[in-house]
Amino acid sequence: MDIKHAKDYLYWLYYQYLLITCCYVLEPWEQSMFHTIFITVFAMVVYTAYVFIPIHIHLALEFFSQLLGDQRESTVAIMK
Amino acid sequence: IHHITHNGGLYKRPFNEAFEETPMLVAVLTYVGYGVLTLFGYLRDFLRQWKIEKCHHASEREEQKDFVPLYQDFENFYTRNLYMRIRDSWNRAICSVPGAKVDMLERLSHDYNWTFAYTGRVIKDVINMGSYNYLGFAQNTGICKEAAAKVLTQYGAGVCSTRQEMGNLDKHEELEKLVARFLGVEAAMTYGMGFSTNSMNIPALVGKGCLILSDELNHASLVLGARLSGATIRIFKHNNMQSLEKLLKDAIVHGQPRTRRPWKKILILVEGIYSMEGSIVRLPEVVALKKKYKSYLYLDEAHSIGALGLTGRGVVEYFGLNPEDVDVMMGTFTKSFGAAGGYIGGKKELIDYLRTHSHSAVYATSLSPPVMEQILISMKCIMGEDGTTFGKDCVQRLAENTRYFRRRLKEMGFIIYGNEDSPVVPLMLYMPAKIGAFGREMLKRNIGVVVVGFPATPIIESRARFCVSAAHTKEILDTVLKELDEVGDLLQLKYSRHRLVPLLDRPFDETTYEETED
Repeated sequence: MDIKHAKDYLYWLYYQYLLITCCYVLEPWEQSMFHTIFITVFAMVVYTAYVFIPIHIHLALEFFSQLLGDQRESTVAIMK
Repeated sequence: IHHITHNGGLYKRPFNEAFEETPMLVAVLTYVGYGVLTLFGYLRDFLRQWKIEKCHHASEREEQKDFVPLYQDFENFYTRNLYMRIRDSWNRAICSVPGAKVDMLERLSHDYNWTFAYTGRVIKDVINMGSYNYLGFAQNTGICKEAAAKVLTQYGAGVCSTRQEMGNLDKHEELEKLVARFLGVEAAMTYGMGFSTNSMNIPALVGKGCLILSDELNHASLVLGARLSGATIRIFKHNNMQSLEKLLKDAIVHGQPRTRRPWKKILILVEGIYSMEGSIVRLPEVVALKKKYKSYLYLDEAHSIGALGLTGRGVVEYFGLNPEDVDVMMGTFTKSFGAAGGYIGGKKELIDYLRTHSHSAVYATSLSPPVMEQILISMKCIMGEDGTTFGKDCVQRLAENTRYFRRRLKEMGFIIYGNEDSPVVPLMLYMPAKIGAFGREMLKRNIGVVVVGFPATPIIESRARFCVSAAHTKEILDTVLKELDEVGDLLQLKYSRHRLVPLLDRPFDETTYEETED
């Protein structure tokens, strides 16, 4: 029963995707073409996110901590 | 949400009209959808151009390819690439009288809607939410039918002449006197076709050197009549009295464009109920403006005659105004009276002038006798002159049905445009794929609806238009509402962000029980 619910829900999500991107009115070969392009673009976005986002976050954190670290060091120097 | 205007005592009742704004996400997704369809349209056109795919639409013969093109291919881009794909929701063949329920012929298409084939099966008892059958007079049984059948045996079906030659029957005179009495005007004149009433009579009333102020969303017949007349046309924003007043002031102050002479006539063209928006014209304010700036008013009551007002006399009675304030009252018999044709009512001098100068009177065939009998009987019924209260009950039932249907739809969370009292109910769909999906899903559930898309509405605001009728019983409306609830959840159409609190005076019936279960 749960599997059936899950399958129905997934089918309903697929139906919403077809309606929103207007694939519902396209012919089957046009639908396949659109699905291929969409999945390719989506896969590229996911891959780019996977490769670049951790590095960018790491660099950003380093930059900000350096900024804050410098402040601390400079005030310590003056106090000395 | 509700704009209740009490404009210095002009309105004797609250005027609740609302056009909810399109949600931003929905608008963006609609444009995305149209973008995808445009790209695929270009692709298909490319394939058709290079003969990789078979071309179904009209094109010239090989020998004529070097001539000036006969078919403007780019302008039909939308028709070829979107309309054709969802075309099966329109032009469905009906094979019974269009009452509350109707029979439809089933059809299939094997090449994606370029051609159709009828399977031969008849889909019976489809609930009809698309016919303009406001008072339920579209029937093939009852007093209207008996009388029309008798007149058919007496006069025949055809008139075979124009009004000015041999087509003026005694029935025409009788009908015109009755229409004048119904509207409360001095005289009236009837024509064979509603569209031609507008398009052929406006040129007879105004000409060059006159000014026409017409509403943004006026019907094609009014626009055509205005253009044919040769007068200058200026458009004011839909139902916006500030815009109309500004145009009137400019017209009086500045006069005609180059010569600065005063305009010969200023005619304001408005409709009683606008059929695509479901909004009602702000008639008290228009009449006040007309009197202040001394212009003339042409009111097209195609959808509102019979449908509004306590006794069905139209939008003038709905607001409690004097029929003599409106200079030209035009209407059609197609919607509430279940017949065909149109009429114009007004002062006797105006109607006598139109009898000689209207193009429709000179060239168009006059109304056919059985149709006239249908109008006579239904009008007498609405006025109560046949001795029963059947007409008054119909008008009341229509008002109740309208308010119930609109309130339930708003409670469910759909975006509904228009005035609370108008029997035309547009339900917003927005996305192009949902236009086709909605029509097909409702037909699967045995309900026939009319969906409207781009050329008739702005490009993102496509809608489904319901016409509530007095012939619909409460059970029929409840069935339709239940199916709409299901289809709304299936297609995610409940965009409204203003949730109406259900009123405590909701009638206690099965539907209330179903909702309290969850």
